[in-house]
Amino acid sequence: MLMFIFRRLIQTIPVVIGVTFVVFFIMQLVPGDPAVLLAGEGASKETIAGIREQLGLNRPLFVQYFDYLINIFQGDFGLSLKNSQPVLDEILVRLPITMELAFFSIIITIVLGMAAGIISAIKPYSLTDTSVMLVALFGISLPSFWFGLMLMYFFSVKLQILPVAGWDSILHVILPALTLGAGGAAIVARMTRSSMLEVIRQDYIRTARAKGLRERVIVYKHALRNALIPVITVVGLQFGALLGGTVLVESIFAINGLGRMIVDAIRMRDLPMVQGGVLFASMIFVIVNLFVDVFYRFFNKRIELN
Amino acid sequence: MKMTENNKPILEVKGLKTHFFTKRGVSKAVDGIDFTLQKGETLGIVGESGCGKSMTSLSILRLIPSPPGKIAGGQVLYKGKDLVTMSEDEMRKIRGNEISMIFQEPMTSLNPVIPVGEQIAEALRLHQKMGRKAAWDRAVEMLKLVGIPSPEKRAKQEPFQLSGGMRQRVMIAMALACKPEVLIADEPTTALDVTIQAQILALIKDLQTKLGMGVIMITHDLGVVAETCDNVAVMYAGNIIEYASTEQIFSNPKHPYTQGLLDSLPKIYEDQEELRTIEGSVPSPYNMPSGCRFASRCPFQQPICYQQQPELMEQNDGVKVRCWMYTDQWTGQVEKQEAVK
Repeated sequence: MLMFIFRRLIQTIPVVIGVTFVVFFIMQLVPGDPAVLLAGEGASKETIAGIREQLGLNRPLFVQYFDYLINIFQGDFGLSLKNSQPVLDEILVRLPITMELAFFSIIITIVLGMAAGIISAIKPYSLTDTSVMLVALFGISLPSFWFGLMLMYFFSVKLQILPVAGWDSILHVILPALTLGAGGAAIVARMTRSSMLEVIRQDYIRTARAKGLRERVIVYKHALRNALIPVITVVGLQFGALLGGTVLVESIFAINGLGRMIVDAIRMRDLPMVQGGVLFASMIFVIVNLFVDVFYRFFNKRIELN
Repeated sequence: MKMTENNKPILEVKGLKTHFFTKRGVSKAVDGIDFTLQKGETLGIVGESGCGKSMTSLSILRLIPSPPGKIAGGQVLYKGKDLVTMSEDEMRKIRGNEISMIFQEPMTSLNPVIPVGEQIAEALRLHQKMGRKAAWDRAVEMLKLVGIPSPEKRAKQEPFQLSGGMRQRVMIAMALACKPEVLIADEPTTALDVTIQAQILALIKDLQTKLGMGVIMITHDLGVVAETCDNVAVMYAGNIIEYASTEQIFSNPKHPYTQGLLDSLPKIYEDQEELRTIEGSVPSPYNMPSGCRFASRCPFQQPICYQQQPELMEQNDGVKVRCWMYTDQWTGQVEKQEAVK
């Protein structure tokens, strides 16, 4: 198992390098010249050229890329073009906030999703099943920015039981996490349900019944462990979608997280900041996928790493 | 009929009906069958696919998928208690404890993510109230009993690490762990190699004599019947059409269907160009004929066969057969003796 994790870790290195490559070159494709933006309106050509020179933006792209790559490996993510602060410092302030948001969201996705899926699967085609799946369908269909605003309207404006925005207490976490986790929960619920229904029909469930086991033991011990195998994959993928979702949710709820930082940086054409932010988000995704693989192997020992 | 022991039967099935209520209509998978099982007896239930033999076995333990399946009538008396009307809680105490079952698909009948030892041990903890350690030790012991080499190591493995034959041995170990009074073996050897088949059958036979249980052997393989069974019930389209001792079935089959079944076996001493078959096909369970269900395929068919279904009637030699040919109403050209061969 340790060997598996180690090998899997080594595999992530090329992935991370690939990510830096993509991040770097995509930013070059974004219209808008950072030097022009920095120089401000009506700046002379000389000023702009000076800024370019100063930032090294006039060098060939590949040279810039390799410089960037080497600096990253030394922990230097460059300085923000906006306020000349080290990018890493900015990221490290905001990363925990986004991680916290992502953590609570994925918990909502898993707990809410699986619970709903199991409830549905135990009595398929019943009223409970139909209602739960209808809610799940809404969950998948609703755009998160609208859902977030609706939650905010009901719980913060009308009922006034939860804060509107910001990030101070655990109460502040509830609405954003719910907004972010709901879509995933709906997908996980549908996946859990169909996976459970598939598993319940299997011969080994009949064997478990023939042994005289209680229905509860059959569902949670014999069926669920098998049904979760495909669900784990979906949860891992959902985490990626969730990281993307932080961008929207942090903007709606005015949370000073990584997502919002990236949006602001893109608006400012603050290249080092965007690159740093996206790179960190990608790395979180890579690490989460590593966890998913390890879990997957734990649940399904037939998986061997080739 | 050969009676192994004279005391009361351990299992008695009376008029059992299992029907499936689907959109296409009612499928009468099992339509009123009767048989008894004595302690220590092996009863074979034979028939082709879809004749209702597996549904019969699942009905005994009330394991038919429901809905759409339902036991529509009859009784299953185990030691005098009716399993059909029993509460689910009581039924659970019987399953895997007093009546066990081995299924025909060893590859898919074990849970793929649970170590096989645990799959055996959990039944022991449940029914025999054993502690974790005791149940595990007993599971290992059972694996040893069914002939699995290095059982301590195998118990910790998951089914995918075991071969088909070994998995079937695990199934048997699981079924026998609680020392049941009745074992239902539903095609226990169908999915296995011929060499393994013989081993598994010998194993069941051996354990049967050790534990003294009654065995219901469900199979379509007449070879298995000849080797293991005391009595045989031949099923056709949801009915038992002949019920006799194994000896009588093989030496003097009475029902034209049984005759056809035996006829379709390849013969060593005859020079056969091609294998004989029974012409036609089984009637749809959704639309059973009102007369004899075998009539349209029967070489001896008479008008009466299409009018009314014959009853399963006991003959002088103790054989029970469901055929007009053995009644006074028979008017056919074929003499009884000739039909019997």
